[in-house]
Amino acid sequence: MSSNLKQPLVAALRPALAALIGLSLGVALTAFAGENPWQVFMVILRGALGTPYDAGMTLFYATPLILTGLAVALPYRAGLFNIGAEGQLLMGALAVAVVGVLLPTVSAPMSLLVSVLAAFAAGALWGGIAGWLRAYRGSHEVITTIMLNFIAAGLTSWVVLALIPSQDSQNPESARISANYMLEHFSAFSSAPVTWALPLAVVTALLVWLFLRFTVRGYELKATGLSIDAARFAGINVRFMQMLAMALGGGIAGLVGIAEVCGNSSRFRLGFSPDYGFIGIPVALMARAHPLGAVASALLFAVLQKGTAELDLETTYVTRDLAAIIQAMVVLAVAAEGGFTWLKWRRAKPEVKNHA
Amino acid sequence: MSNTPYAVEMRGVTKAFGSLVANESVSFSVRTGTIFALVGENGAGKSTCMNLLYGLFQPDSGTIHIRGEQRAWRSPREAIRAGLGMVHQHFMLAGPHSGLDNIILGDEPEHKGWSFLPRWARPISRKRAIKDLDDLITKHQIAVNLDQSVDVMPVGVQQRLEILKLLYRNAGILILDEPTAVLTPHENEAFFASLHHLKEQGKTIIIITHKLREVLSHADDLAVLRAGRVVATRPTAGLTEQELAELMVGRAVQLIAEVPPAPALGPVALSCQNLSLSSRGSKPRLNNISFTMRAGEIVGIAGVEGNGQSELLELLADPRFYFGHGEGRHRLTASGNLSVLGHDVRSWSAARLRDQGVSMVPEDRHRQGLLLDQDLTQNFLLGLAQEPQFNHFGWIRAKAATRAVTEAITEFDIRPKTPSALAKGLSGGNQQKLVIARELARQPKLLICAQPTRGVDVGAIEFIHQRLLEARSRGMAVLLISSSLEEVLALSDRILVMYEGHFIGECERGVDEAHLGRLMGGGS
Amino acid sequence: MLEYLLDLAAATLRLSTPLIFAAMGGLISERSGVINIALEGKMVVGAFAAAVITLSTGSPWVGLIGGGLAGVLLAALYGVAVLPLKANQIVAGTGINMLAFGIPPFVAKILYDVTGSTPAISLAERFSVAPMFLAVLLPLVIWSFLSHTRGGLWLQFAGEHPAALAAAGVTVRRIRWASVLTAGFLAGVGGATLSIFLSSAYSRNMTSGRGFIALAALILGKWRPVPVLFACLFFGLADAVQMRLQGIQMDGFGKVPVQFIQILPYMITIVVLAGFVGRSRAPRALGNS
Repeated sequence: MSSNLKQPLVAALRPALAALIGLSLGVALTAFAGENPWQVFMVILRGALGTPYDAGMTLFYATPLILTGLAVALPYRAGLFNIGAEGQLLMGALAVAVVGVLLPTVSAPMSLLVSVLAAFAAGALWGGIAGWLRAYRGSHEVITTIMLNFIAAGLTSWVVLALIPSQDSQNPESARISANYMLEHFSAFSSAPVTWALPLAVVTALLVWLFLRFTVRGYELKATGLSIDAARFAGINVRFMQMLAMALGGGIAGLVGIAEVCGNSSRFRLGFSPDYGFIGIPVALMARAHPLGAVASALLFAVLQKGTAELDLETTYVTRDLAAIIQAMVVLAVAAEGGFTWLKWRRAKPEVKNHA
Repeated sequence: MSNTPYAVEMRGVTKAFGSLVANESVSFSVRTGTIFALVGENGAGKSTCMNLLYGLFQPDSGTIHIRGEQRAWRSPREAIRAGLGMVHQHFMLAGPHSGLDNIILGDEPEHKGWSFLPRWARPISRKRAIKDLDDLITKHQIAVNLDQSVDVMPVGVQQRLEILKLLYRNAGILILDEPTAVLTPHENEAFFASLHHLKEQGKTIIIITHKLREVLSHADDLAVLRAGRVVATRPTAGLTEQELAELMVGRAVQLIAEVPPAPALGPVALSCQNLSLSSRGSKPRLNNISFTMRAGEIVGIAGVEGNGQSELLELLADPRFYFGHGEGRHRLTASGNLSVLGHDVRSWSAARLRDQGVSMVPEDRHRQGLLLDQDLTQNFLLGLAQEPQFNHFGWIRAKAATRAVTEAITEFDIRPKTPSALAKGLSGGNQQKLVIARELARQPKLLICAQPTRGVDVGAIEFIHQRLLEARSRGMAVLLISSSLEEVLALSDRILVMYEGHFIGECERGVDEAHLGRLMGGGS
Repeated sequence: MLEYLLDLAAATLRLSTPLIFAAMGGLISERSGVINIALEGKMVVGAFAAAVITLSTGSPWVGLIGGGLAGVLLAALYGVAVLPLKANQIVAGTGINMLAFGIPPFVAKILYDVTGSTPAISLAERFSVAPMFLAVLLPLVIWSFLSHTRGGLWLQFAGEHPAALAAAGVTVRRIRWASVLTAGFLAGVGGATLSIFLSSAYSRNMTSGRGFIALAALILGKWRPVPVLFACLFFGLADAVQMRLQGIQMDGFGKVPVQFIQILPYMITIVVLAGFVGRSRAPRALGNS
């Protein structure tokens, strides 16, 4: 029984340790570029947390990562792998931009509701398509979400450039959304674009946690993920659950549009996302698909994202692209973490095959 | 080579996995040119023993001797070279490939003139393989179509293919793991006939089985394993079935449960009329099935596995899925009439069926009955979460759930007695008791119960049978689907025999076992 | 008109070349049971390494091999993660893709003090047609390997029924290693053709999702070499058409939205996956290692 109590702690520590190993490996690579890895590490930390503005930027990056982390984690609990958060967040942002440009007269409190609903609905549609294809047509969600990512990229680019193009610049971006939709920046972080989108993301995480932990639907969703056959025999509508999980995940990813469009740039800028959707995968993975854990791991990845941006200026040979390498190392380390267990137990006990 | 009469000798072989000792000082000898049976209950250590012999595992201590020579394999490959061959319980055949490719795999004849290439890059000469195989087929009278892909071969043919594979490799010692589990009685006879034929050709055959009658009528010698130890090794001659059963189990066994008097029959609980299940372009899985059962009776469905029982179960679990509303990959569609407790349920989902008082114990508890990584409470909620008792406006009543599972643990004597224990940590018997406790907790009117005691220890079998009989006394209708003939005979008021997707006969309680066996094989 | 069609055919072949190499790499890997969503990443490092090596040696052939070897290196890392360490193949593949995007800027900064792209390769040092012919031959070679050689049979069993292969005395792990590394090589070569055949330098994002298109072609071609070749040619054609349509006004339609042609391959893949047009069956043991 005591081992039962210890388990969650160990479960949280192991991926954290693996992430640390991955991080160290990534930073150590800078030695090849003639840099001092420890210094690089300190630059990253200072860059991420050194001033209120830096910390604000870190929180700004954390917001979409919490959301995409959840967008991966929730379907994961239903046994599905959502690689499509990137496309889903693009659709969400597009919906916000379209609403913001085409319905400029909606006034302040309503406008927030409208934009949140639009973002969620568009993301949910995009996730829901993959969910429907999986549940009712049997198409593997990994492949369909990859494909849907590209389709979303093409579609958003077309809508933005052809239907709501920017009037005041030559940049590939949409027109400016109505000021009614914009969120105010919190003053604590000087000019960093930290807005109500951050609490929105955290509350979303909390809601997802409550849903999974305490509700009947949440239980059914988890049961579907744990054993689809057992869930089916128990009378759970597993196809609906799969679709629901993907749609909810997509909707949550869509909320990134609020943080980006209403909270920051006031328009849809093509290529605004530095792969938030893909970074959501390690965010969820490190949190073992736990919604509250995703908030913590999103913060860690945000520190990386913001901190490495300083490398361009502060070092000679290392650029912000190091972030991709470090993230990749963390992903690989966390993914392979289960294998360490396997190595240790390999000699001790083979997989006991249970017939019947 | 020495001139020992023994093809295989195990001398004091021990193998442990962590703290679990799977084989403890196992010793036995197999005479060349005989049929040897290794018998024991599930989990007695038979498979470990054979995997040691076959080189999949290495023994911790003890030695293995082949034809008098001590051998220590590092991999099955070395065992194969030394003339051993094994037919696994789950066949090692890849569906989409031809029988030929499956046979020659790992031992492919080459085209001449390519030896300058590395071994893996040399072209295969299938022509030469066919020539060799045709000789073997004639010599051993094994009928197999080599060009056919395995997917379309019946199980019996697949097994012949496996045996042919060993002969092709020139194996002198054949190990067969539970070879008859999937065969009809008719295929069974043919199978043993060919085993005897092989024996006459000088092959040594080891079969692993728990079917006592087969051992007694076909094997020359046997070894009985119980809890990892050899408890007997002797010739089969002069041994009775009862003696062998007691050797296996380690105590006197009562094979038949005490049956209480039948209650008065109630209203119709389940009725199938002309029920069929088929996919386009292939032969139907269920073919025109009709039967009716009433409250207060246990109806058993007997049959060799794979004759449509699983499909019937699936269909009963989720009729809507198969009756014209099924989409996507599942091309199986059902026709006919199906009514449960007086309702036409063809358009009903699994959830609605459960709601109306149907419970189901699925055949594969690991895959279909449990969430292995979850605790007992979560497992108890499976299928019950929607019940008002546990559902408060969409929120789970956690306390009520814990209370309910605690009660069930006491009532069904499930161990360990902690609701927070993980389901995967339970023994097969306790897992099954948990599933049955859960399904009975809803006081269903109809219980559909598949393979309720498969892989379950003897004590739990008795307990589960008792519960099913009690449920019948309370007026529940129980549909029992089981491939265990003893179980069906012991519990059922009526028995329907399924063969190739349809009912081939119906018997009352007390039917002659031999008659039932003939029906299972498609006889009349 | 004829000239236009010939021109289009040539462009199709050229644009299909990287796809064919990458898709054949994916085919080798997936037929042995290892999922390969990291084709894109291997193409990125292949393209980059090929440009760097061609620049320093002056020989595109060395560059091509070098690109392949860079893919092998990345594949080796993937192999370690998914074979002995049994990492989830999709997660690890995603990680490899991320890593691959980080490598070229990191190395380019060290080598050339620029981020992201390499200097231009002179015309004389670039390929003119050679990779195109290799690309068309490759599927035939792979087809005959799979259906006629010992290694081909083993590879297929590793993907369909690894336990049967193991029981026949062949080490599954070894087959999968070989195929993962071969896949790395081919995808790397595919990337190389981008930088030293289709263009004359490595530039940021030059793969632009071709690794994923190759994956789409693999599914569309049902994991069989010759059909996959045709799927690649089809996607190459879509790409060639798209380039020609860019900016062209069409009567009544206005400008043809390029994006729609760009997303066409992905749409088709989804439609096929959904089973509206035939079905694609993956190797049975795909993803279980």
